[in-house]
Amino acid sequence: MKNYPYVILGGSIAAVAAVEGIRSQDKKGDILVVGEEPCRAYGRPLISYYLLGETDLARMDYRPAAFYEENNVTLRLGVRAERIDPAQKLVTLSDGKKIGYEKLLVATGSRPFDPPMEGIERVKERFHFLTKADALALDAALSPEKKVLIVGAGLIGLKCFEGIAARVKSVAIVDLADRILPAILDETGAKMVQSALEARGASFFLSDSVLRLEGNTAHLKSGKTVEFDLLVIAVGVRPNTELVKEAGGEVRRGIAVDECGRTSLPDIFAAGDCAESFDIASGTNKVLALLPNAAFQGRAAGVNMAGGKATLENAVAFNSIGFFGTHVMTAGVYEGEEYCERTERTYKALFTKDGLLKGFILINLPERAGIYLKLLKERIPLGTVDFEALKTSPAWSAFSPEARAENFAREV
Amino acid sequence: MMQLYIRPDYEVVRNEARCIACRVCERQCANEVHSFDPETGLMRADESKCVNCHRCVSLCPTHALKIVKTDDTYRENANWEAQTIHEVYRQANTGGVLLSSMGNPKPYPVFWDKLLINASQVTNPPIDPLREPMETQLYLGKRTVKVERDENGLLKDTLPPQLKLSVPVLFSAMSYGSISYNAHESLARAAEALGTYYNTGEGGLHKDFYKYGKHTIVQVASGRFGVHKEYLETAAAIEIKMGQGAKPGIGGHLPGGKISEDVSKTRMIPQGVDAISPAPHHDIYSIEDLKQLVDSLKEATEYKKPIIVKIAAVHNAAAIASGIARSGADIIAIDGFRGGTGAAPTRIRDNVGIPIELALAQIDTRLREEGIRDNVSILVGGSVRSSADVVKAIALGADACYIGTAALLALGCHLCRSCHTGKCNWGIATQRPDLVKRLNPDFGYERLVNLVSAWKHEIEEMMGGMGINSLEALRGNRLMLRGIGLTDTELRLLGVRYAGDSL
Amino acid sequence: MKRIYVNEQWCLGCHLCEYECAFANSGIADMVRALKGKAIRPRVRVEDAGEIHFAVNCRHCTDPVCVQSCISGALTKGEDGIVRIDKQKCVGCLTCVLVCPYGAVLPSPEGHAAMKCQLCTDNGRDMPNCVKYCPNGAIVYEEREATQ
Repeated sequence: MKNYPYVILGGSIAAVAAVEGIRSQDKKGDILVVGEEPCRAYGRPLISYYLLGETDLARMDYRPAAFYEENNVTLRLGVRAERIDPAQKLVTLSDGKKIGYEKLLVATGSRPFDPPMEGIERVKERFHFLTKADALALDAALSPEKKVLIVGAGLIGLKCFEGIAARVKSVAIVDLADRILPAILDETGAKMVQSALEARGASFFLSDSVLRLEGNTAHLKSGKTVEFDLLVIAVGVRPNTELVKEAGGEVRRGIAVDECGRTSLPDIFAAGDCAESFDIASGTNKVLALLPNAAFQGRAAGVNMAGGKATLENAVAFNSIGFFGTHVMTAGVYEGEEYCERTERTYKALFTKDGLLKGFILINLPERAGIYLKLLKERIPLGTVDFEALKTSPAWSAFSPEARAENFAREV
Repeated sequence: MMQLYIRPDYEVVRNEARCIACRVCERQCANEVHSFDPETGLMRADESKCVNCHRCVSLCPTHALKIVKTDDTYRENANWEAQTIHEVYRQANTGGVLLSSMGNPKPYPVFWDKLLINASQVTNPPIDPLREPMETQLYLGKRTVKVERDENGLLKDTLPPQLKLSVPVLFSAMSYGSISYNAHESLARAAEALGTYYNTGEGGLHKDFYKYGKHTIVQVASGRFGVHKEYLETAAAIEIKMGQGAKPGIGGHLPGGKISEDVSKTRMIPQGVDAISPAPHHDIYSIEDLKQLVDSLKEATEYKKPIIVKIAAVHNAAAIASGIARSGADIIAIDGFRGGTGAAPTRIRDNVGIPIELALAQIDTRLREEGIRDNVSILVGGSVRSSADVVKAIALGADACYIGTAALLALGCHLCRSCHTGKCNWGIATQRPDLVKRLNPDFGYERLVNLVSAWKHEIEEMMGGMGINSLEALRGNRLMLRGIGLTDTELRLLGVRYAGDSL
Repeated sequence: MKRIYVNEQWCLGCHLCEYECAFANSGIADMVRALKGKAIRPRVRVEDAGEIHFAVNCRHCTDPVCVQSCISGALTKGEDGIVRIDKQKCVGCLTCVLVCPYGAVLPSPEGHAAMKCQLCTDNGRDMPNCVKYCPNGAIVYEEREATQ
């Protein structure tokens, strides 16, 4: 039975970041990465670009092939972890092998959620849209006469639409919510994006859901029907928390971790879509299923696993996403006082409460948005900057000359 | 009454094939000549505001601009030139006294350009400055020394205070107010790096520059602006300004628009009102009065600092200099009629005073004849433009030269002569913070050091060529000069022979 | 590692750095051909706010948050310390634009990817062009230490 100083369950973003975190402290200790998918790490958001033809399988690799060898990582792909024994510090894999660990990172990510729909088992051409395998399967099924029904008008569903719209006959999108991208947009923003997508051929069925699937017809709750050839389920994801739960670790909405990535089990860490973060905007623990967050969490966990000290600070939900040239950037929560600017093509909404920026929505206004995110993440009191000027446009001239000197006249 | 239209002197010529409408010209013109027309996407220029300072020409990244003299002409008239006509129009329009900046631009003879320098050959070999030491170091001060011994028979130090210079070039008086803080900082730092001095002019000395005191000459002018105890004590020498070459017979002039809060504080005057110095010092109405001021200043500074008296070169400069040499002053500074100024009435600047070359030669000769040449060192200024002018000045009898315009040119000045407007686009003759910024003292001081160091090397080359290796051997050595294109009278006044005449 | 630093007190807001940057990254040898009639999208941006002017380029941070956030691994920090964008891998999600606290990463003119200052190491210049042509020493290319 092999023993590793570091074992990472999961082979995607958090895992790679953890490897980098570990290696920043410990150049020697062997690392084992166990990944369920049969390929090296890639950013899952890239799969829609794959369908668009804007990237290919080789370019999708998150790190160069030499990364694993250069960092002395043993990579076992196409294998699942089945059970963790925290007392014995053992992990049992799907191929029957048992692996011993000094430090363990659970970075098992998430899986698609299937809402109950009558008749779904009989739908032959049915897809999820999360992994490379999903994209390849969908890719093979696309053709110009096909009609597609996407269940879910969230980030995944709409990116799927962008990826396939030019290659199929029609796309219909159904969502329970009264607006698209309900998790990240307000009503005004959602309407703008919706118009842009409708101009590209999307048909939306909002405040609606699929009751029953019969042959090539979907019967919606509203009474409407939608004809389809391909069905894509993009309703949401569930964090893969079972391993930790069954091993006796605390699991809430995701695996509970402290700001160092430690679970309630000794020497076991968690990071990425399977774990929670403390979201400073909402002031609650939640799963922030965002690629950058997985990287931040994975790296912090890795550093701590190798004996260093790193904390995940200022975690907040943020998204940057484009659909056919309409670019959406969002962050935080939409509470408190709202400042709003609207033109035909652009939309800016800034939300402030208790003298802090709590959230923002930017549509087609990407330039220098990072300055707003800095205000939000660092919880900068708006009284210490020229917020009136910042409302108009994000700029460092709104900060003090000392702040500018520290950031532009010295190394950062 | 409608004002008569006066066609602007200059036209802004933009090569449209090169212009990329980057708008740098627009951003960098304090006179708002250039503007961008969003409808056409093209740049436009309003030549009526152009002062020909070349800021836009210098900064244009594709060199698309040039400023040309307008070819809009009056009927040709050698007597009534366009400029002359315009001046009459302006005065008829406004009733005002014409004001100008910088030195006399009229085509009077330049005597530096009519003097030629000797070189040694065959009978008296030249010296190679790269191989032999060349002494360009000098001292400015009174040379009359009594040899005295103490009770032990050792020589007493009776030498009056001297200024030590490593090169016979100093930066002449330009006040804080007429030029900017950054210009002063450049001059002060360069003086320190070069081992020479700069002159505060009548603007007082800014607190921030006290640290350069050992390289500072402070001026006591007729308005006594900025003069107080610390001012005198910080300096290396004190210069009493009796006159200025650009405007003999009148006092200094700082337009109210150039008096910022800081200038007001440093100069100890109110803001917003033109600061005009009186024509005479109202406590100096005779040579005896001058001696009294010289003595007071020496008394106030414990006889530790040389006192300079600066006069404009006028008709009886020699007699005046003789009086000054007997007044106890250590150094006489003579400012010729081409000397620069921040602001002066045009007619006085262009018509009053005499060339420095003639004044210098006569003063040196007169003091020698009277046996009092050692009483003082002689400093000259008033358009010293190159190291050759410096060599000629020393050969005519000067100890060292003040440079003003040349120093400003080193800082970026383009001699547009609009200093009195306070909108100097090069950050030199302005107090507007957004314009002063344009002169970065880190670059300014380096350029000044470059200029004077280059001149020092050239002086060494010319000295070596003459077969002499120290300034002492050049000073007053008229035989090293020959005149060319000079009348007998001019030759006599300069004390030089005509080219072709041997010893 | 040398980076571009700002001496704010010398910036005149002339914007020459922006034009020289656009020219250097245009791939065209003649400045007029490169820029005439075109709206420039430089990688250095001058902020003008009343009397305040200063230029912002990528800080090439010691621990760059853009590199950590990139969804495709297109952003990397090399051995030489320079942070670069691999245009082949970049899909233009602009997450880096959203996370850069300096607003130094910008959407690129072609519309597809992101772009930022790469210290003119990718365009055949021997030093950053903006620094070379700054008339007043407002931006310099040198080594400096972090604030203690």
